[in-house]
Amino acid sequence: MALVEIRDVHKSFSRDAERIDVFSGLSMDIEQGSFTALMGPSGSGKSTLLNLVAGLDRPTSGTVQVGGAEVSAMSAGQLAAWRAANVGFVFQQFNLLPVLTAFQNVELPLLLTRLSRRERDERVRIALGVVGLDDRLRHYPRQLSGGQEQRVAIARAIVADPTLVLLDEPTGQLDARSSQEVLALLGRLNEEFGKTIVVVTHDPQVAARAQRQLHLDKGTFIEQASAAGAAV
Amino acid sequence: MKIPLIYNIRSVRARPVSTAMTALGIGLVVAVFIAMLALANGFAAALATTGSDANVLVLRKGADSEMSSGLDREAISILTGSPHVARDPGGRPLASPEVYVVIPFGRMADTTQLANVVVRGVSDAAWQVRNNVVVLAGNRPATGRNEVCIGKRLVGRFPNTGIGETMHFAGRPWTVTCHFAAAGSAFESEIWGGNEQIIPAMRRDGFQSLAFRLADAGAYDEAKRALEGDKRVTVDVYRESAFYTKQSELLGNILRVLAILITAIMAVGAVFGAVNTMYAAVSSRAPEIAVLLTLGFRPRSILASFVAESAVIAAIGGVVGCLLALPMNGIVTSTTNWASFSEIAFSFRITPGLLFAGLIFAVVMGTLGGFFPARRASRLPVVQAIR
Repeated sequence: MALVEIRDVHKSFSRDAERIDVFSGLSMDIEQGSFTALMGPSGSGKSTLLNLVAGLDRPTSGTVQVGGAEVSAMSAGQLAAWRAANVGFVFQQFNLLPVLTAFQNVELPLLLTRLSRRERDERVRIALGVVGLDDRLRHYPRQLSGGQEQRVAIARAIVADPTLVLLDEPTGQLDARSSQEVLALLGRLNEEFGKTIVVVTHDPQVAARAQRQLHLDKGTFIEQASAAGAAV
Repeated sequence: MKIPLIYNIRSVRARPVSTAMTALGIGLVVAVFIAMLALANGFAAALATTGSDANVLVLRKGADSEMSSGLDREAISILTGSPHVARDPGGRPLASPEVYVVIPFGRMADTTQLANVVVRGVSDAAWQVRNNVVVLAGNRPATGRNEVCIGKRLVGRFPNTGIGETMHFAGRPWTVTCHFAAAGSAFESEIWGGNEQIIPAMRRDGFQSLAFRLADAGAYDEAKRALEGDKRVTVDVYRESAFYTKQSELLGNILRVLAILITAIMAVGAVFGAVNTMYAAVSSRAPEIAVLLTLGFRPRSILASFVAESAVIAAIGGVVGCLLALPMNGIVTSTTNWASFSEIAFSFRITPGLLFAGLIFAVVMGTLGGFFPARRASRLPVVQAIR
């Protein structure tokens, strides 16, 4: 069953009075519970696609549906509430709030829920346990290594139990060992917890972990490889 | 507000220099605001405490101050005979017919610099009528002698005000026999002597006013009606406390308006300081704001969060301002009371209410200064900001 349905999406930007078309009629599905890698050169539209799926950006025309909800038609307020409940997002630069501890960073998405303080506390500990950092609750981002920071960011992305986890170059800033740890974690999230994962990456190792690799160039898919044999 | 305040407090702590500068700017404005209102407060308080609710002041009809009033001996005799005037156990009226003269004296620091001082000729009963007047040292002037008692705020500010010293005015020497206090009121800026000595010295032939204690403190309205309606005299009757409060109105209001004008101009500068700091904070934290928006926080939560942050900085400034202003409490200064053209000394009066007003003023400045940067933060395009 498709969790994400993208239909005839056009997306263009204006830069110095010049119109740049990123997508011209892109359509694709992402299956529930799948692990998809989006690859391609810089400027190919990978991150724009991720942003459209997350509702951080809007298509010029066409529709983006996630779990039956038409993301592309929601207001800013509706999008915020929808993202809080359905999407976990992980950035290349980790983007933890430097003045909050690991615990407080992970707790942030739960502040948007009706959970009690005790329930939040429990959920944060579980999420940090899943990423193997339950001994770093009171550490600030500056006291963590890059790999640990990214694992905290992943814990933050999954703590509200979203169906969809989107990652933009999650290993781009990490050394080989930390990358491996993050990859193993993503595999676990997908296989053990059934999360649908979409990851934008340049890293072939990350792509190799995915069930499905989509290569974008100039806004179109040029080739696809699929461990599970699924078609675009 | 969904975003925890601890995020803002720690963010403020993470940039101590710009926070301190902004807070100091706001603090200085708050200090000036508090100091100027403390001045107006002190002035009003000095005059407001001058009179008593139980006392009545009688002036010539139409006179708007003691200086422009005049009551002859016949009028005084009719007025003091009224049943509304309280009496002492010996049956004598608790009433003080008074002469009110303004005399220029050279100041202690520079005798060429003159200040108008009130010399009040009072009867012996005045010390009972004005029951907030207390002799601090020495003995009250003896009847029939050229002796005076000096209000404590004049002591040390004008020459020859020590007990036993001799002052010269109205062409006569006057021996200082005592110093008195009057609960911080304007009486403390006056020289009191016997009215029967002051009248001839000043070449007057009557009094200016009559102050008396009401026989029944609750019967002011009746007393006013009776005395003002008496055809034998043409007088205005005031409750003493209300009269002196009114005397402070003009200058008190001018001081308040000045306080508001000056601080308003300074506040504009401080608000711009806060605007600048918050714009800098918003642009340096654009990725953090984008993360919060991505996580699902609504733009209005971001707006509230950054306004709160600005208000936190301003509140720190408010506390600094209060601390800067506090040492001024009690400092004595003087001015000319425009109602009597005489020198009146009073203290800066900083009250808890004034400090609270200063804090609120600071937070208002912070909120105003934080609003536009916060609005920019809430409207940040996430995709660009995250890069």
